[in-house]
Amino acid sequence: MSDDQQLRVSKIRNGTVIDHITGGQALNVLAILGIDGTSGDSVSVAMNMPSDRLGKKDIVKVEGKELSQNEVDVLSLIAPAASINIVREFEVVEKARVERPSMVEGVLECPNHNCISTEDEPVESRFVVVEDGVRCEYCDTIIRDDLPAHILAD
Amino acid sequence: MRHDHIISAKQLSRADIEAVLDHAADIAADPSAYADRHADTLLGLLFFEPSTRTKMSFTAAMKRLGGDIVDMGSVESSSVKKGESLADTVRVVEGYADALVLRHPMEGSAKMASEFVDVPLVNAGDGAGQHPTQTLLDLYTIRENAGFDDLTIGIMGDLKYGRTVHSLAHALTNVDAHQHFISPESLQLPRSVRYDLHQEGAEVREHTDLDDILPELDVLYVTRIQRERFPDESEYRAVAGQYQIDTETLAAARDDLTVMHPLPRVDEIAHDIDDTDYATYFEQAHNGVPVRMALLDLLLEGDR
Repeated sequence: MSDDQQLRVSKIRNGTVIDHITGGQALNVLAILGIDGTSGDSVSVAMNMPSDRLGKKDIVKVEGKELSQNEVDVLSLIAPAASINIVREFEVVEKARVERPSMVEGVLECPNHNCISTEDEPVESRFVVVEDGVRCEYCDTIIRDDLPAHILAD
Repeated sequence: MRHDHIISAKQLSRADIEAVLDHAADIAADPSAYADRHADTLLGLLFFEPSTRTKMSFTAAMKRLGGDIVDMGSVESSSVKKGESLADTVRVVEGYADALVLRHPMEGSAKMASEFVDVPLVNAGDGAGQHPTQTLLDLYTIRENAGFDDLTIGIMGDLKYGRTVHSLAHALTNVDAHQHFISPESLQLPRSVRYDLHQEGAEVREHTDLDDILPELDVLYVTRIQRERFPDESEYRAVAGQYQIDTETLAAARDDLTVMHPLPRVDEIAHDIDDTDYATYFEQAHNGVPVRMALLDLLLEGDR
């Protein structure tokens, strides 16, 4: 099934289509975007679809939502091959690949419970993106695996 | 040297380190020449954890430069007890002092605090994180006793939680020291420190037995293994006992070995070493004053 056919299945009017998400990560992508379906906007999720490039890929389509830079940054860490299509009036008006950021702010929680960023202080968590993970700017703790488990709860 | 704050040994280049050590040597040679250098300067001390030598040597350093200190006192008697954030505390206290010294039990506290103040802030220990002024006085002691050329150093004890170790190991990459790490497996260097050493191109050589490497060492840096790192007393005793040294242990060492310890020690260095030429730990502690004088002088210079 081509992407084109996929889009026809549940075309959205205005919003974002995130394609080429690493297979199995779609629900984490929704978690990053804070989408749980309660807003009433339509959300479609396709998981583990065949993909020439990735073997298996997930696709997420969200009505009425355009992504912030912060959201794109974290997305890029768990789905480095993702492409983002902004849709307005049923047309893809902008298509972009995610780029690996140098830093992510306010989205991940430091797993070190003795890190000052986990306290009730007026700072956001800040992680520098390193070779094979992210590293807390405050306490130097490195997260390599399972980034979605460290996404800050709203 | 041009830094607004001293947060981590990682921020110090070899040139920075040499600048502080050279200045410390000048001060140590003629302390009275610096006695009025920072008259009217107030150093704010914020120690959220008990400290004897770090706090006293910062106090001595500021006073010997002609200045004075304002001290938050113990946490029990401060507004922190009422739930004040660290960010608020430092923003208030920077109005009382020309520079701040912070010790705090949480990692990253000094880095965060420095983001809220305009006066220079010096990290005097943040949890298991960094302790850069201890590192500078360690480096001063090493340079005076063994020199930096082709230096082979063994760092022994609690390498996992010991912040002096984390700071020192990183700083030693600046002088291309051959570093050996001696500890029980459960207390080896943490991942983040290994990562940094690897990034700096340093080779991490680890041993569980001091005897494997002792004869090659110019410096043996001993740290305390703390009881609270072990689930029970018997396990602690079994492990800690393997990392205690006495004159007998050092029989295989070179005659010019320098034995260091950030202090306080409990029983990891036997008292029979105190009277030998190996013992350098009290000299090391005393070096805290000229080194901190040098650092404060360089940090405050920008404001003069």
